[in-house]
Amino acid sequence: MRGKKKTGRPASETAFGFLLLMTTLVHPGAAPSQKKAALQIKGSDTMVNLGQAWAEAFVRRHPKTNIAVTGGGSGTGIAALINGTCDIAESSRALEEKELQQAKAKGILIRQEVVALDGIVVVVHPSNPVGALTMEELREIFLGEIRRWKTVGGPDWPIVLLSREVNSGTHIFFKEHVLRRGKAKGPEEFAPAALMMPSSYAIAEEVAHNENAVGYYGLGYISPRQKVVAVAKDESSPFITPKIETVRTNTYPISRPLFLFTRGEPGGAVKAFLEFALSPEGQDIVVKTDFVPIK
Amino acid sequence: MKSSFRKAGEFAIEKLILLSGIASIVFVALIFIFLLQEGVAVLKHTSLGAFLGGKFWYPISNPARLGILPLILGSLLVTAGAIVIAVPLGIAAAFYIAEVAPRKLRAVLKSCVEVLAAIPSVVLGFLGIALLVPFLKRFLGLPTGLTAFAGSLMLAFMALPTIITISEDAINAVPREYKEGAIALGATHWQTLVRVIIHGALPGIIAASMLGIGRVIGETMAVMMVTGNAAVIPETLFAPVRTLTATIAAEMGEAAKGTPHYFALFAIGIVLFVISFAINLTADLFLHRGKKR
Repeated sequence: MRGKKKTGRPASETAFGFLLLMTTLVHPGAAPSQKKAALQIKGSDTMVNLGQAWAEAFVRRHPKTNIAVTGGGSGTGIAALINGTCDIAESSRALEEKELQQAKAKGILIRQEVVALDGIVVVVHPSNPVGALTMEELREIFLGEIRRWKTVGGPDWPIVLLSREVNSGTHIFFKEHVLRRGKAKGPEEFAPAALMMPSSYAIAEEVAHNENAVGYYGLGYISPRQKVVAVAKDESSPFITPKIETVRTNTYPISRPLFLFTRGEPGGAVKAFLEFALSPEGQDIVVKTDFVPIK
Repeated sequence: MKSSFRKAGEFAIEKLILLSGIASIVFVALIFIFLLQEGVAVLKHTSLGAFLGGKFWYPISNPARLGILPLILGSLLVTAGAIVIAVPLGIAAAFYIAEVAPRKLRAVLKSCVEVLAAIPSVVLGFLGIALLVPFLKRFLGLPTGLTAFAGSLMLAFMALPTIITISEDAINAVPREYKEGAIALGATHWQTLVRVIIHGALPGIIAASMLGIGRVIGETMAVMMVTGNAAVIPETLFAPVRTLTATIAAEMGEAAKGTPHYFALFAIGIVLFVISFAINLTADLFLHRGKKR
């Protein structure tokens, strides 16, 4: 369901400020005389649909609360949390050292909670016979060291690399996890020739049309128009297809936790929202939006 | 009594107009000062030569590599491609609409051009991704259709309405006597067009082209969607490029304030400002030269 929704969404997923317009105000339908608590949730574009689904269900139970969910990217949400312009930051990556220091300088202790898991899927054109790659092969492909499909057992086609823009949590995760083999501060970079796509939609579209292309996106975007590549941790490990089960059991090698960040020990509506996200109902919503529940 | 009232009113209106005139100057100055203030700070992290001439753009790495040469060349290449496509086409279309087309067709064409101008660039970008990019890939046998050429085509589309409308106005502004005189002297319609009318309308046509180019170099959305955004120095028009505008749009959202990356994006803004200033200045010089003759 989530995949379908995203495909129809404008490609202006991240940077265009377009998303600011997509701010979803969830109205509780309570009498206007009642005092309402307002909750600002901001951050990862990967998680914006999840956040909205949570907010809608939460408001049905707590009609006195107003919730606004916006995207903009994980870093945008974290910056807003530190600056006090949002109450909860959605993030598809852990805090960076830099951000911890910024928070510390302002006397804020950021509390993090893992609320769901996400798998990053490597996709190629359906006509590409390559269907399984090791992490090392993926690394060399995206570093620009392997330039033709022939090298990894495919036809003699050039490889066209598709990556997300640098403001995407998915970009950073893929770089640190695949290119730098888990070392966040490694020297490796995406090949300069890698095309930087403004959205997962753009990656899906180009992969669907281009038999040379290889790209990556979140688990929720999987569609029959792209072929999913199974990934092995190393040469002696089995190739694992990304699915809810394989991400949850941590056998699929490219998966990541999704976080909610709050300022200090949460209280009031923030606390209630966090508890809701982790409740069985909240985790059901995680499944419905095509992510992987933690429980 | 009445006349002093009127005088006061006139005085107020005069000052109000003066104020609006000054306001626009002040705004431009403020924008430039702000850009300068934020952008120049990048020089604390990198030298001017390394910034303008650097071949690698890895802004979020540690340490960040902030070379914008590929971005400058990308912007110039896409713009040059768009000019080559849009200017001749736009001028020819303007001549057709103003001088050749029958009156009924003229009305239809004019409204079509206006509709073209009304298409938001995001929508054009969508059409680009879904139709143009796959078509270019197949038709030209490229590794990917996300190329500078795709961007040039999109931009040419966007510049066309400006070029056509303003050129057409310039052609219509050529005094009727010139045309009548030429025809009375035995010139054919074609000779009148290329020898007489084009000369009269030239300053306007150049201004139209320059305005079109100005529209093109600042355009962001559609370009970002179809050019692939790879920060490599482009070798041909049929390779992916990353433009200055797309870089700012794609990265500003997440650049933390006060980082080299943030300052570098403002510095890119200055570079864009300087480029469009140079274009406007050239247009002005051309116009004045045209007038003196």
